[in-house]
Amino acid sequence: MSARPPTLTKFRDVQTELEKSGAAIFRDSDGVESLIIRYPYAISYIHSYAEDTPFFLGLAEGRLRGSKCRRPKCKFVFATPRSHCMVCGAPTEWIDLPTHGRVHSWTTCHFGGEAFLKETPYNLALVEFEGAGSLLLVRLKDCGESDLFIGMRVEARFEPNPKYSVTDVWFVPSA
Amino acid sequence: MVTGGLTKFAKAHPAMDFRLMVKRAYDYALKGVPGLTADRIDGTRISYFSDHFARQLKAASMVQDYLGMNPKGSVRIEWGGATGGECFQAAYEAVASGRMDVCLAAGFETMSRVATWKGNEFIALASDTNFDFPLGGFYTGYYALMVVRHIYEYLRQGKYADVKDEREAQRLAIAEGSRIMSKVSVKNHRNALHNPYAQYPKRLTVEDVLNSEMISYPLTREQICTMSDGAAVAVLCTEERAKEFTDRPVRITGVGCGTDTMRLADRPFGRVPLLPHERARDYEDLEYPGVHSFRAGRTAGIEAYRMAGISRPTAELDFIELHDAYASSEIQTYEDLGLCRYGEGYDFVEQGDPFLKGIDYGFSTPRAGTMPVNPSGGLIACGHPVGATGLMQGVFAFWQLQGTIGKHFGDPTLQLNNPRRGAIHSHAGTGSSVTVSILERGFR
Repeated sequence: MSARPPTLTKFRDVQTELEKSGAAIFRDSDGVESLIIRYPYAISYIHSYAEDTPFFLGLAEGRLRGSKCRRPKCKFVFATPRSHCMVCGAPTEWIDLPTHGRVHSWTTCHFGGEAFLKETPYNLALVEFEGAGSLLLVRLKDCGESDLFIGMRVEARFEPNPKYSVTDVWFVPSA
Repeated sequence: MVTGGLTKFAKAHPAMDFRLMVKRAYDYALKGVPGLTADRIDGTRISYFSDHFARQLKAASMVQDYLGMNPKGSVRIEWGGATGGECFQAAYEAVASGRMDVCLAAGFETMSRVATWKGNEFIALASDTNFDFPLGGFYTGYYALMVVRHIYEYLRQGKYADVKDEREAQRLAIAEGSRIMSKVSVKNHRNALHNPYAQYPKRLTVEDVLNSEMISYPLTREQICTMSDGAAVAVLCTEERAKEFTDRPVRITGVGCGTDTMRLADRPFGRVPLLPHERARDYEDLEYPGVHSFRAGRTAGIEAYRMAGISRPTAELDFIELHDAYASSEIQTYEDLGLCRYGEGYDFVEQGDPFLKGIDYGFSTPRAGTMPVNPSGGLIACGHPVGATGLMQGVFAFWQLQGTIGKHFGDPTLQLNNPRRGAIHSHAGTGSSVTVSILERGFR
């Protein structure tokens, strides 16, 4: 085994070599050489949903929950729930949102963060609900780029085997 | 501001880590001002966006160390995509408060250390990890959601208001919006052909942009900035010191900052905060900001303009270096900053206002030179090493106002004719924080 890892002049080749052997030398156009190593980095977080917990437990029961400001003069309804009102600061209470809504905006993602690449293409939509003052971001399934439009009626579907993630709910076009 | 410097922005600078990149930019800046030596600097503000990209916590301390700035005071600045713009303002505040006479603002990012899609995942961690990130972890997706709504508000309900079939009308509007957005991308890449610091200078046609790979409908690859390695620095000081260091200082006459909700879904539907030249009746039926406009950008603009005494931005600004992470957000920001009214952004491009005079973009730009936006090439063409980006804009604006673009670029093409006042605009998240700073020529 050589004491020096292979010397490469293309950064792309360096990336390939790192995957293979874990080390490479990059030589740039000025002849400067840099030793480059692969440095794996992984961690499991202890992620608490904390005050958002009822939303995620709700999804697991097939319920879509928003929140509503408790102050009688405010009563702002949040489709993406929060436990204190953004408008007046008062505590909110949990409410059931309608499971039907309309597309406020949408896109089809052909790429994504690395963890999501295998799921592409997927649709994202911001959904508006009757009576709510804010929106909810969701995946929109069973339809493609050519079907989608703003104002489209959509309805919720729930994951029968919950993963306790916001992906436990998604929307589909209403029949 | 008395001097600035930067490295070339590149996909990867494997032979330089962040310390050396900042050092190169710093040496370049000091070389231009013989009287300004390290001992004259009272302290620093150092910016970088992500510890994930750096894989080195307290990286700013290592920059401080490498530049030989210890034991002077320093603070690390982080504010998402607006990190560089915030750093510029933090240095301004250090001087304006009287705490320092001379402050070094330095920023960097090394984004090449992870694969592109892992990098996208890191960036998306700057979205709500309960409600947004698990859906796709993808900022381009968020900006696509915003521009689809922007197009709906202003083209579907404008130029295509008479088309009866809703789907057909929306398709036509998106096609038209995409075509116009592509002109912004052509502009910025084309301008950058004369900027040696830029990562992706190139001559493109509207068709090239439209036909490049679809990333998140309707945004294509050429309408989106890329990840970069790079560093930039700016030296700010009191007026008294500035006179000692240079006969061509630039004054910072306005700073503004605004914020909005982290989640797009929470953007309320209210009224438009007005600029001095606007009236409430201009926007009677507009629900604002929703997801189509950036209330943070509007708020930052209002504050900075008020401080600088600007009441008609297009008449009183000679150029803007604008945070065009996406061609779409450049158009949205024209409206936020009052370069045109809400709803007029697409027409502003079609008329040619943000283009440079004397450059052939391959299509007609009748009003070119009226309000140059991103004469440097912006983020789309220069790159976006986050912690450096806002300072890069500061350096480009500084050279414009000094009239030294030709000297620093080795090419005078992008030097505007006698500019007196410019703005820099730095933007984070889905518009969750934005800064605007106004720079003016500080010499006769």
